Amino acid sequence: MELLQITWFVLWAVLWAVYFMLDGFVLGLGFMSGFIAKNDTEKRILINSVGPVWDGNEVWLITAGGATFAAFPTTYALMFSYLYTALLLLLFSLIVRGVSFEFRGKMESAVWKKGWDNAIIISSFLPALLFGVAFGNFFKGLPMDVTGYHGGLFSLLNPYGILTGLLFVCLFAVHGSLYATVKTTGELSSRAFALAKLLWIPLLIVAVVFLAYTGYATKLYVNYTKAPVLFVVPLIAVMALVAIQMFIISNKPLKAFAASCVTILFVVFTGVAGLFPNLIPSSIDTAYSLTIFNSSSSQYTLTIMTVVAFIFVPTVIAYKIWVYRLFRAPVTERDVLENHEAY
Amino acid sequence: MDILALSRLQFAVTTMFHFIFVPLTLGMSVLTAWFETRYVQTGDETYLRMTKFWGKLFLINFALGVVTGITQEFQFGMNWAEYSRYVGDIFGAPLAIEATAAFFLESVFIGVWIFGWDKLSKKAHLATIWLAAFGTNLSALWILIANGWMQRPVGFIIRNGRAEMNDFLAIVTNPYAIYKFLHTVTSGYMVAGYFVMGVAAWHLLKKNEIEFFTRSFKTAAMFSLVSGLVVLATGDFHAVEIAKVQPTKFAAMESVWETQKGAPMHLLLVPDEANERNSIATASVPGALSFLAFHDTNAEIKGLKDFPKEERPPVLPVFLSFRMMAGLGTLMIGLSLLAVIMPRWKGFVDFKIFLVIMVAALPLPYIAVQLGWLVAELGRQPWAVYGVFKTADGISKSVSMIQVAGSLLGFTALYGLLGTIDIYLLAKYAKKGPDTDTTGMIPVKEVA
Ligand code: HDD
Ligand code: HEM
Ligand code: HEM
Repeated sequence: MELLQITWFVLWAVLWAVYFMLDGFVLGLGFMSGFIAKNDTEKRILINSVGPVWDGNEVWLITAGGATFAAFPTTYALMFSYLYTALLLLLFSLIVRGVSFEFRGKMESAVWKKGWDNAIIISSFLPALLFGVAFGNFFKGLPMDVTGYHGGLFSLLNPYGILTGLLFVCLFAVHGSLYATVKTTGELSSRAFALAKLLWIPLLIVAVVFLAYTGYATKLYVNYTKAPVLFVVPLIAVMALVAIQMFIISNKPLKAFAASCVTILFVVFTGVAGLFPNLIPSSIDTAYSLTIFNSSSSQYTLTIMTVVAFIFVPTVIAYKIWVYRLFRAPVTERDVLENHEAY
Repeated sequence: MDILALSRLQFAVTTMFHFIFVPLTLGMSVLTAWFETRYVQTGDETYLRMTKFWGKLFLINFALGVVTGITQEFQFGMNWAEYSRYVGDIFGAPLAIEATAAFFLESVFIGVWIFGWDKLSKKAHLATIWLAAFGTNLSALWILIANGWMQRPVGFIIRNGRAEMNDFLAIVTNPYAIYKFLHTVTSGYMVAGYFVMGVAAWHLLKKNEIEFFTRSFKTAAMFSLVSGLVVLATGDFHAVEIAKVQPTKFAAMESVWETQKGAPMHLLLVPDEANERNSIATASVPGALSFLAFHDTNAEIKGLKDFPKEERPPVLPVFLSFRMMAGLGTLMIGLSLLAVIMPRWKGFVDFKIFLVIMVAALPLPYIAVQLGWLVAELGRQPWAVYGVFKTADGISKSVSMIQVAGSLLGFTALYGLLGTIDIYLLAKYAKKGPDTDTTGMIPVKEVA
């Protein structure tokens, strides 16, 4: 039973981390699009560069949510109801972002397009920030005890929550700009590349502050002092973060993008490794923390879900790799102008 | 209104809105795949243009199905935390399976289908739309297994203060869920059939692209007729199952107050809920209701008075919704039959009245599916999980009245706005008709 619960803890972390890695570049590209693209055609190139994959990436979120529900129902129930207002904003943003891609090109009016351009920027920025704030608060713990939750939208906006929010925004900004670099050509690509290079500096600063402040604001490092091998995880995150800029300087955008994928994965793992065995600690009294032991499904359900996960997750990864390879070529001006199907 | 009523209203609004777009997605994915299959088989370019035209409408509709689906997934936890906690051990599993097995398939291959015209061979491209259509229908299966379990809970025990799964197979093969799936999916096909026929009839009235729209119309007519018959048959099985496992819902559907053997069916019936009786009940067919419910004219039907008042669903809306759905179903089968026959006749495109009727019939299956869900979900009340867990016990304890009122307002405004835009765009592209310029349309895999 314990093994199953730990397996699901790992899967839980992996699903969220992969979601952030994949939707991270769509969100980042979305809110950076105002800086990267200068005209309508360039905007369309950007949107079309994520066109074939954005929905598939978002499904990782649905899966992460569904897996939380199936494996840790109590955590699902409490986490989603405690963060009601924040999640509502998140939902509204994701809804608007999704339809923006579809609707933007469906009318030939400049006002219409401008409106959706702004919608894309706002509705991509908010999730990046909100996810960061939410995870910052999970790392720190939520004020909950036997009577329930003692917080609200504004209590989430504590310094550590905001700092984590900023970290996510910076990560996704660099990540999205690098994706745009790889997936476009010419001036558009160089502009995105230059932005990634520039934005890496605030990212580094925020990341350093985050790592240091985590020691004060959270109990994450307790696990690390207990099992020092765990320090490998943040170490990889930091090395990947440095590698991003090295690859940028040596003009290897694809490798820089790969490094930023690794960075995002390991930033999430850094936090989650510190959480174990909590999913959401209580900041009031650890007796009320939601852990993998007190909030999980029954052994029977976890077994079924493990079988399901071990069949479908690799299958999904396999066909997703095929799709990314199929669409590996950059999107060009010709593509969006000649393709009737393009967004 | 209290917080329970607001939460219920919000669930109803968001789910019914999701289900405006889902049925068309279910049916159109299959129809589009069919058109492309014909293209690959025959090489006939009209089929290619049909694939692209109907495919475009399918995608405009699809977008809203996708984005409103995320709300569905989240709101169990947001608004129904106690429910989620109580049943999560069982209910979470089909939702998670739906995401990993179905949503990925659908979303990934739709993406490849849209953007892959010049990157894949004809056959591989065709495979992508079939995979997406399969994913869509598979997602309906899993979500309806979850819902089927709420309607008829099986394969569980109450332990550790919650419902725990002890027989996954029983949950997956729950007959209630299987009927629900077959009935719902085929009703989605009817929505798509009537959608295509309606748009095609509109163009035929204007004498646009006669060959193109006649062909689309014929396919859609056959599709609707066959689906309609399956809808009827599965609806009947469904009703039998309900009589067995949800007597209160069945009694409300037929407005039966007194328990009786050999119960008649009244064609004209007016329930009087306040006085626990029917104020009018005439044009009766003796034994018909018993026959419908148990395939035996003598069987006993339980009346509502056998159940305490607080365990009865609201009778009037359930009764009316059921009558109207079944009525519409019968009407539409007749209409589909006409639609299959008519195009064989040469003067068909000049037969204006018929075409006008087909345009006007476009919303009918949409109405029927919403009514059907009202029967299913209202008829289950006051239970969230029939006989096991009451709706009233399910709401989130930590969420305040203001939060729910605010979110309900937010959803209504946002959905209202996006729904209006989406329907406007659908109408715009439907009216515009297929692209006449076929250059750049033909799928060619560039040779590397
Ligand atoms: C085109 C749409 C459509 C049409 C014409 C019909 N239905 Fe239906 N019906 C649905 C679309 C639908 C639905 C929206 O798909 C529902 C909601 C829940 C479900 O399982 O399917 C439904 C529910 C539903 C239920 C309740 C299921 C439950 O409570 O769980 C019954 C008993 C029937 N139907 C029976 C029928 C019968 C006897 C029909 C006669 C022709 C019929 N339906 C036509
Ligand atoms: C109330 C429970 C429901 C939940 C939790 C739910 C969940 C979802 C989610 C998360 C999506 C978006 C998937 C994506 O991003 O690709 C979606 C879309 C969809 N849902 Fe629902 N849904 C519900 C009701 C239904 C019902 C009753 C059906 C069918 C009978 C259905 C069938 C579909 C289909 C076919 C789509 C099309 C778009 C897509 O899957 O991408 N859903 N749903
Ligand atoms: C898409 C088609 C559906 C529609 C139109 C629909 C409609 C509704 C409505 C109107 C209610 C409010 C009933 C009331 O409180 O009086 C409701 C409640 C609910 N439905 Fe559905 N529903 C659909 C599918 C589903 C599915 C597939 C599930 C489960 C997977 C589901 C789960 C629930 C739950 C948990 C509630 C709240 C508890 C309750 O009121 O019983 N619904 N639905």
